Amino acid sequence: MAQQLTAKEPTADQIADQRIYTQFGVTDHEYELICGFLGRKPNYTEIGVFSVMWSEHCSYKNSKPILKKFPVTGPRVLMGPGEGAGIVDIGDNQAVVFKIESHNHPSAVEPYQGAATGVGGIIRDIFSMGARPVALLNSLRFGNLASERVKYLFEHVVGGIAGYGNCIGIPTVAGEVMFDESYEGNPLVNAMCVGLIDHDKIQRGVAKGVGNPVFYVGPATGRDGIHGATFASVELSEESEEKRTAVQVGDPFMEKLVMEATLELINSGIVLGIQDMGAAGLTCSSAEMASKAGNGLELYLDEVPQRETGMTPYEMMLSESQERMLFVVEPQHEEQAKEIFDRWGIICAKVGKVTDDGRLRLFHKGEEVADMPVTALVDECPVYNKPSAEPAYYRENADVDSSDFAEITDLNGALEKVLASPTVASKEWVYNQYDYMVRTATAVQPGSDAAVVLIDGTRKALAMTTDCNGRYVYLDPEVGGRIAVAEAARNIVCSGAEPLAITDNLNFGNPEKPEVFWQLEKSADGMSEACIKLDTPVIGGNVSLYNENAKGAIYPTPVIGMVGLVHDHDHITTQGFKNEGDVIVLIGDTKAEFGGSELQYVLNGAPSGRPPAIDLEIEKKVQDAVLGAIQKGLVASAHDLSEGGIAAALAESCISGGIGAEVALSSELRADHLLFSESQSRILLSAKPELADKLIAWLGEQGVAHAAIGTVKGNALTINVNGKTGINSPVQQLEKVWKDAIPCLMK
Amino acid sequence: MKFAVLVFPGSNCDIDCYKAVESTIGQSVDYVWHTATDLSAYDAIIVPGGFSYGDYLRCGAIAQFANVMNEVKKAAEQGKYVLGICNGFQILTEAGLLPGALIRNNGLKFRCHSTNLEVVNAATPFTNQYAEGDIIDIPIAHGEGNYYCDDETLAELKANNQIVFRYACDTNPNGSVENIAGISNKAGNVVGMMPHPERAVNQLLGSEDGKGMFTSILNAWREQHGAAVNG
Repeated sequence: MAQQLTAKEPTADQIADQRIYTQFGVTDHEYELICGFLGRKPNYTEIGVFSVMWSEHCSYKNSKPILKKFPVTGPRVLMGPGEGAGIVDIGDNQAVVFKIESHNHPSAVEPYQGAATGVGGIIRDIFSMGARPVALLNSLRFGNLASERVKYLFEHVVGGIAGYGNCIGIPTVAGEVMFDESYEGNPLVNAMCVGLIDHDKIQRGVAKGVGNPVFYVGPATGRDGIHGATFASVELSEESEEKRTAVQVGDPFMEKLVMEATLELINSGIVLGIQDMGAAGLTCSSAEMASKAGNGLELYLDEVPQRETGMTPYEMMLSESQERMLFVVEPQHEEQAKEIFDRWGIICAKVGKVTDDGRLRLFHKGEEVADMPVTALVDECPVYNKPSAEPAYYRENADVDSSDFAEITDLNGALEKVLASPTVASKEWVYNQYDYMVRTATAVQPGSDAAVVLIDGTRKALAMTTDCNGRYVYLDPEVGGRIAVAEAARNIVCSGAEPLAITDNLNFGNPEKPEVFWQLEKSADGMSEACIKLDTPVIGGNVSLYNENAKGAIYPTPVIGMVGLVHDHDHITTQGFKNEGDVIVLIGDTKAEFGGSELQYVLNGAPSGRPPAIDLEIEKKVQDAVLGAIQKGLVASAHDLSEGGIAAALAESCISGGIGAEVALSSELRADHLLFSESQSRILLSAKPELADKLIAWLGEQGVAHAAIGTVKGNALTINVNGKTGINSPVQQLEKVWKDAIPCLMK
Repeated sequence: MKFAVLVFPGSNCDIDCYKAVESTIGQSVDYVWHTATDLSAYDAIIVPGGFSYGDYLRCGAIAQFANVMNEVKKAAEQGKYVLGICNGFQILTEAGLLPGALIRNNGLKFRCHSTNLEVVNAATPFTNQYAEGDIIDIPIAHGEGNYYCDDETLAELKANNQIVFRYACDTNPNGSVENIAGISNKAGNVVGMMPHPERAVNQLLGSEDGKGMFTSILNAWREQHGAAVNG
């Protein structure tokens, strides 16, 4: 075997002697294992391939013990974790396909392309399953928006998401953006895609049928994105700026063509297996397809379309050039496949064949340049059970009473401060840059609790949302994990849909720190409990570790992407108040809970104490009662109470509806506590006056705490607490504060 | 009546236009590939929105050279109805079928939201179901929708009543000259507009105000063919 083709590449002996493998994140122990699997020392190409396959990003070596905790099955789940994306049955031979994925590190150094290629990658995951992508969502975290660097990152991340989604013609319908110093220097950019598929069209990434040809489609391979997966699996540092070459460049127009051609190919029925080239490019797609079929694969690298001259096998295998796919058909269908790609003007090259020897063998310029067992690449990466330790801050916070702050007397001022906080403020500045209407199915646009997308030719619709409050998770990962899932489900229910399943994106710090691993474990426990209780299994997701900045780990941020089914479009419900005279009903109990709340952030700038408590029994009851009421036609508007508590929720329902409200609350709590507490399992409903009694009777039967608290009325929001005026402000004034906050900061 | 919806590589509102023709007026409609060399079977041609050829150059600058555009020019000369929406409008200006140009929005950002349009000319084959001065709710979604033309062209547009739509009362989203949102050619059978009427044909999605454009086309065609209908 030819060990080396270019003089600049070190030899197998040099790699061993100089421990060059450590530069790729391979440990001494892992190197020994690799030598064992090969029966010799790996050459440069082989150590490169192993290093990306064994990176955290591809192997989940640090997070596997965590992922095992999640419930992944359910009567509706057609495909759980492991393939490009999970699939859930929605009846009538249709299914919904969805997944979330992070592009945090690329976005930190090159925000526009980092975010754009994140969107491109997740779209490929969906259409490579055979599904037509119908919607995009995202979940973003940035530092304090007062900083110039944060403004730059925010502006260009949003620009990149818009640039890709708008061009490819998939609506970006929902998302969330939060700002906190914790994400300074390490923003989070999670992109989610939702697709629709008929059951009989579902594809898998398998290299089936010994002797069958393997095809490469999409643009030619360049030197961009080499070691992207490895880059994603280490902490960002001063030197990260030099890793800019590890960031890929996106071409949404190309992806549009690849998508249309691929869907046409899949609809023709001749595809045996197909997978996109995402992280670790040709390496990961070929190894995984061979592994899933229990086969081997030979690749003839001279046949790989190349954008640059003199590319080495190492570079070709590790490139993360975008918009590429790998698929297998039977030899008699070769011409048919090629014709489809020809028509769309896409390169389609035969680059390999399926073998029965269980090995990934690479050939270049007439010589074999690598020969590795597929199982070693895909399955044999060691799994690490990292040590876990309860952090000191968690113990210290046990004694902090988050409600212990000087009573706020200027309640109008406090509400305006909360509404102007960029996390709560209107995100119109963001979503107006996204085409959220293309494909003409977006029934609930960005800005409500969840987006709703109609399913053509049926009365059904899909509701979708992303959610996570990293401050809660930081203060108590288990409770925060529960809340993340529960709140996502609450958003789905408020839109009139039944929650189906989740995809999760675990954004955490360096797992080698015991305190970070503890956060991972505990939040996964909390998420799992909530998923089981709320009947929303985890059908796939992504793990992004090593999110750190100079001050340490980011807040643990397990972002939940949830999809629900609206059984009839008559059930679609939005958060805005509708008509003068409608009765406002508050569901749930309010306690003085401020740990991780928006008010605490506005007052102190940092979270402390414990997050709000959550009882999953009560949560489930509340959600069932509200969904039932919506489905019975009793509800005019529904809004989940979250950041900023009841005051913010009422203001948002007024602003969205363009109408005021008169509310009277009575409580033993302090007025400021009552108005801004973020107690869980609370929902704000409104109902037509003639239906209010029925609604209240229904809520009583369901055994959920509820109270009629006021009326939709006039042009102002007035909230009386125990007979005294708490809030009294024209809706226009609140709207101005809420809508102007982000545009003002971005000017 | 027979509609063609053109498909360039990168078109992404083609499906929406197709569905809008079907759902609003139930007429026959085909997708027509950018390589087509014959449009004689069609009475109306819709050039849909999207990012033809990626629009990495000036929007529509490459699409104007597609084979099918020669046929669109022929159809326009024959008096057939040609409607360019968003990227379609950009393509029609690049192809010289409509005067002026669409440049970058004055805010330099892509903008997507509903807008209020004033119907300025209700006498075109595309607007005969509206009344002059009607305000209709039609969404926009574009980064380069800032209509520009020189003073001479503007005077001509006005003299010939070629301004079809304006953004109503100070809501100009992109900086276009005199709030122009859509224009026609001199003959009135070719219209280009930045807003998307095909996105406003279903109350479930927020507005049905775009329906009138499709019924207008059918009405005009029937009038021409001696079978005018109302509504």
